[in-house]
Amino acid sequence: MKQRFLIPLAVFFVLVIFLAIGLTLNPRDLPSPLKDKPAPAFTLPQLAAADKTFSPADLKGKVWLLNVWASWCVSCRQEHPLLVSFSKENNLPIIGLNYKDQLADAKNWLARFGDPYLLSAVDADGRVGINYGVYGVPETYVIDKAGTIRLKHTGPITPESLKTQILPLVAELSK
Amino acid sequence: MKLRSILLCCALMFAGAATAKEAAPMATDVAVEKRMVAISEELRCLVCQNESLAGSHAELALDLRREIRTMIGEGKTDQEILDFMVARYGDFVRFRPPVKPTTWLLWGGPFLLLAGGIAALIAFLRRRVREEAAPRLSDEEHRRAAALLDQSNAHDR
Repeated sequence: MKQRFLIPLAVFFVLVIFLAIGLTLNPRDLPSPLKDKPAPAFTLPQLAAADKTFSPADLKGKVWLLNVWASWCVSCRQEHPLLVSFSKENNLPIIGLNYKDQLADAKNWLARFGDPYLLSAVDADGRVGINYGVYGVPETYVIDKAGTIRLKHTGPITPESLKTQILPLVAELSK
Repeated sequence: MKLRSILLCCALMFAGAATAKEAAPMATDVAVEKRMVAISEELRCLVCQNESLAGSHAELALDLRREIRTMIGEGKTDQEILDFMVARYGDFVRFRPPVKPTTWLLWGGPFLLLAGGIAALIAFLRRRVREEAAPRLSDEEHRRAAALLDQSNAHDR
C-alpha cells in the first residue's frame, strides 16, 4: 500500500510509451486494399507521343514500378533525383503516371529535372488514379510479373524505403 | 455603431455571394445531389483526413464527388458506391468502418474503458464501505478517549 504513489507514475509511463509509438507512425500511410490484387487495367495516351497508348498489360511478364507524379507536386520534385539515379543504375522499368497535370508543364518538368521513366501515361482527369487509390502524390506501386500489385508506397520514396522495402521486394520478384 | 452595422451588412452580403457561387454547380439535379451528399458524408476525405468527402475542398474530394455523381447516374446503389470506395481506399475511408477482427478494438475499446472505470469505481466503493464498518479505535483507545472527555468535562464545570 505504501507504493500507491507509483500507480499514477506507471499510468504516466504507459501513456508516454503509447504516445512515443504514435509519433513514429505515419498517419498518411494507409494500408492499401489493392495490395496483392491485380493492377487495375487502363489504356492511356503516352506523354511523349499522344498517338501511342500504354496499358499495364503491355508489361506482363516483367517486374515494374508505377510512379504517380505531377509537375505541381512538390514532394515529387523531392523524390525525383532518387528516381533518376535509380533508373540509371537499375534495369527496372519505371512507368510514370502523370496525374492531373498540364501536358506542357509535365514535359517541361521532365526536361528540366530528368526523365527516369520508360514512358509516362497521361491521366488527365485522375480517373485511373482513383482506380489505384491514389490520394497523395507521389505514390509508387511495385507490380509483379503476373500484373499483381505487391507494394504501394505513399509519399516520396526515400533512400531508406528504396533500400529496405522496394529493392529487396523487386529482387525477390525478379527471380 | 452605424458604421459597424453597415460593415456587418457588407460582410453578410459578400458571404452570401461567396456561398451562392460555390453552390452553383450543385444545383443540376437536386435528388442526385442529395444522395451524393448523404453518401459522401459517410466517407473520409483522404487528403484532409478529419474532413468528410462532402465537406472537403481538396481536388481529390471534388473528383470523388464527381465519381459518386456518375455512379448515381449509372443507377448504382449506395452500397455499391461505398464498396467502390472501400475497394480503392480501404476501410479507413468510411467514418463508420465495419466490425471485423482488425476493428474490434476500435469498436470495443470505449466499452472496455467503461467497464474498467466501473470496476475501479466498484472496488473503490467496496473498500470505503469496509473501512467505515471496521472499528476505528481499539478498546484501549476508547477507554483513553472517554477518560480524556471526562477530564475535560470536569474541567469545564
